[in-house]
Amino acid sequence: MQDIIAFLVKPWPWYVTGPLIGSIVPILLLTSQKQFGVSSIFKHICTVTKISKSEYFNYSVKDHSWNLLFVLGIVFAGFFSFQLIEVKQGFLSENAIQYFVGKEITIEGIFPVETYRWDNLFSVYGLLLIVGGFLVGFGSRYADGCTSGHAIMGLSLLSPASLVAVIGFFVGGIIGTFLILDSLL
Amino acid sequence: MIKTLKYILLGFYFGFVLIKSEAVSWYRIVEMFHFQSFHLFGVIGSAVVTGIVSIFLIKRLYLTTLDDEVVDLTPKPIRFKANFFGGILFGLGWSLVGACTAPLFIHFGAGSYIIVVAIAAAILGTFVYGTIKHKLPH
Repeated sequence: MQDIIAFLVKPWPWYVTGPLIGSIVPILLLTSQKQFGVSSIFKHICTVTKISKSEYFNYSVKDHSWNLLFVLGIVFAGFFSFQLIEVKQGFLSENAIQYFVGKEITIEGIFPVETYRWDNLFSVYGLLLIVGGFLVGFGSRYADGCTSGHAIMGLSLLSPASLVAVIGFFVGGIIGTFLILDSLL
Repeated sequence: MIKTLKYILLGFYFGFVLIKSEAVSWYRIVEMFHFQSFHLFGVIGSAVVTGIVSIFLIKRLYLTTLDDEVVDLTPKPIRFKANFFGGILFGLGWSLVGACTAPLFIHFGAGSYIIVVAIAAAILGTFVYGTIKHKLPH
């Protein structure tokens, strides 16, 4: 048991974890006839709570309940990995470490909790969470998918829509990082 | 009941391997967009290659689902403007929060509860999209 936990906790190389992520595509297709995707959860939440009368949110969520359960499993994975056992992260590159040190951001775990604190919410950090989160929700619906549905599932199907979207993801991400994040952090 | 458990377990599996890939790390996302490490490019690249090969095998070997159905491999319809502009907005958000969709929920499970701010904002963003959809170029 000790050995198993030690194995789960230690960092795994990218060429192991990448294929494991990719394996979710055939697993979902073959076990459940489902195309992998995550971001529609936000749409289903809007629909369930009936906050909008828009036609866009008028459908039966029951047919998509698997997505809500799948996301629940994702939440459990976060709980298991960081609250039950403590999964360790691999080493960042030297350049990245220097960048975070320069920005006075403590490197620990998977999220800079000392920087993004509740008492810091009405600052640039809260703004990044709100604007960034808004764009994740807005953009994923506008693009018809996120990193899961387009980058993993869509590219696996060699879908032109997904290729266009993924190019957009990286164009936006690079602009956001160099033009906005670098100057705000 | 079994189906409920199945999807929770599959989500758990995906969440866990995503965590092990470090794609859920805020630091890794910032590092990736600065091109300071190959790590996440390797993760995404090898994940996509695995997906492509598995789809090829499903087609080639005529694999069917557990219920003996033909696997539905219909891709999402292309709407160039929506895919591209929406993609750019999503990418902006991804870089500003340092997390895409699944990692938002990982952070919540991990106990970084301040992430509910970003999750609530994402729900609001989805609501706004659904409301003004007809006014946007698609």
